[in-house]
Amino acid sequence: MEPLFALLVGALFAVSIYLFLSKHIIRVLMGVAILGNAVNLLIFTNGRLLREVPPVIPVDEATLQQAAANPLPQALILTAIVISFSFFAFLLVLGYRAFQELETDDTDEMRVAEPVDEEAPPLGY
Amino acid sequence: MAASSTAHVDLSQAMNVDPTPLADWLVVMPVAWCILAGAVLLMLRKRTEVQARIGVFALMVLCLLDAALFWRVANEGPFTMVMGRWLPPFGIAFTVDLLGAFFTMTSGLVALAAGIFGRDDVDSTGRRYGFYPFLLLLMAGVSGAFLTGDIFNLYVWFEVLLISSFGLLVLGSEREQIDGATKYAFLNLVGTTLFLVATGYLYGLFGTLNMADILVKAPELRETAPLMTLVCLYLLAFAMKAAAFPVNFWLPASYHTPKLVVSGLFGGLLTKIGIYALLRVLVMLFPVERTELGWVIAVLAAGTMLFGVLGALAQNDIRRSVGFLVISGIGMMLAGIALGSPSGLAGAIFYAAHSMVVMTAIYFAAGIGGRLSGSFLLSRSGGIYASHAILAFTTLALFLSMTGLPPFSGLWPKVMLVKASLDVGEWWLAATILVTGFLTTITVGRIWALAYWKPRAEGAEAAPADRSVPATSVIGLGMLTVLTVVFGLWPEPLIAISQDAARGLIDTSSYVLSVFPGEVPQ
Repeated sequence: MEPLFALLVGALFAVSIYLFLSKHIIRVLMGVAILGNAVNLLIFTNGRLLREVPPVIPVDEATLQQAAANPLPQALILTAIVISFSFFAFLLVLGYRAFQELETDDTDEMRVAEPVDEEAPPLGY
Repeated sequence: MAASSTAHVDLSQAMNVDPTPLADWLVVMPVAWCILAGAVLLMLRKRTEVQARIGVFALMVLCLLDAALFWRVANEGPFTMVMGRWLPPFGIAFTVDLLGAFFTMTSGLVALAAGIFGRDDVDSTGRRYGFYPFLLLLMAGVSGAFLTGDIFNLYVWFEVLLISSFGLLVLGSEREQIDGATKYAFLNLVGTTLFLVATGYLYGLFGTLNMADILVKAPELRETAPLMTLVCLYLLAFAMKAAAFPVNFWLPASYHTPKLVVSGLFGGLLTKIGIYALLRVLVMLFPVERTELGWVIAVLAAGTMLFGVLGALAQNDIRRSVGFLVISGIGMMLAGIALGSPSGLAGAIFYAAHSMVVMTAIYFAAGIGGRLSGSFLLSRSGGIYASHAILAFTTLALFLSMTGLPPFSGLWPKVMLVKASLDVGEWWLAATILVTGFLTTITVGRIWALAYWKPRAEGAEAAPADRSVPATSVIGLGMLTVLTVVFGLWPEPLIAISQDAARGLIDTSSYVLSVFPGEVPQ
């Protein structure tokens, strides 16, 4: 199971990096969404993948009786999901605002903060 | 459900059965206080007239808490508090050592200056949109990052400070800000995501996230596990946060766009968090891998220093020029990390503290100057010296402090770094530091000559003598300037603290002992 997931994670990373390389904010945003999922899946795979074995210790035992999936990575993912979701929401609004204000979603044309035709600094006193 | 009571469970195996000593709570107090004060300010965000008063008061209390924490760590060494009384490595641990306490205290002072400066720099609209709540939450993130002893927790604090920095960056929603924030947000997101990827792998390899536990387990795993890959990922992620060359483009694209107090705060604090994380993870947790990567970090450091200052030299906008100088300073700290010797690390730590104070002050000073002369462009400003001589001299002092000329605090860390590089025969790194210092002097000298010393150009509006500087700006800027002058004239305590902090990174036994009292030192 793990090798399959590893390939899937790799594929998701490749897709998100490809989207990140685009000049258009909307594609980069999709890249952000996929990147978040790729990372979460990566951590999830790290914690072993097993079906239907909850890590619950029986009443009269002190330790787990069989290999079970590690619950801690899943807890980590919960944190990471919340964070990546809120980031995505923020970036979505930011991208939309940028489109409204700057009237473009092409990063090559977003040159308000760093103007192309800025005056050169004075060369003498 | 009733069955759970039948099995006897020895809680002392997993938990501290005694309540946490009251004094240990000090380590979480800066974070808890910031979140609490931020929440109160958020509720009062429409009462713009009391925002500044509560905000500055909260930051003063934060400074006191930081000072108490620092005092305790300096006297008694590192200590740990675990959340929910779970024994480490199960519970999230906050462990503070001298490095963390020193940076927390410096950042607290910078934030206090920013809070005071922001009273008049941020208008009531900005306050209604939450300048002070964001500032407090940013400080919660910064303090948390400096104090935590758990690497996933470090990631969470990174995100806390990142999301508050987004809020501060877009405060005002001008076109420039939206543009700058877009680049800042996307590139920083990639940086923190890389950090998360690395942490995921780290958990897969180590099965623990507690830094002291990682320290204990690393020697056995080094033979079999791909620790080098992990460390390279961390290096890339933190270099991005620190704005090291070649992943520094987001900084000059965004740092000049927000309100000046925000620029100052970011220029002072945010990049240093990346440096702190590099110190903590590369130097403390993975020293063997760091030694292997030493030449890579040295090349990055030299590139960061030179390209930073050359970028600064090419700018017409003073704020953008200062943004590039922030990057150049990051190169100096990276040089110390590249050397990895106690003296090099001490130089880097001292430089980081100096840079937190001075870069913030320079943004403040440049902001006041720009507002007085009506323009941030070198080609259009001038005449500040004629109308406001004291401001001009303060700015000159800060500029000289940044370039590392005596008698200001920039001199000492540079001396330490140059000496540390010559000690190990890295003459080219020492030469780069000195050449960068020389180019920085030219850059700031030119800014000062053109924007401050030179009379106003013909045809420009009349000299701005009548525009006054608000008292809060004077206090905010004055506080930081006094700090850099005092520690320039009297550097021994800071040098001693930096050296002790560097020793604590290399000899980690007291750090580990504070988390695992029974552990035999390695």
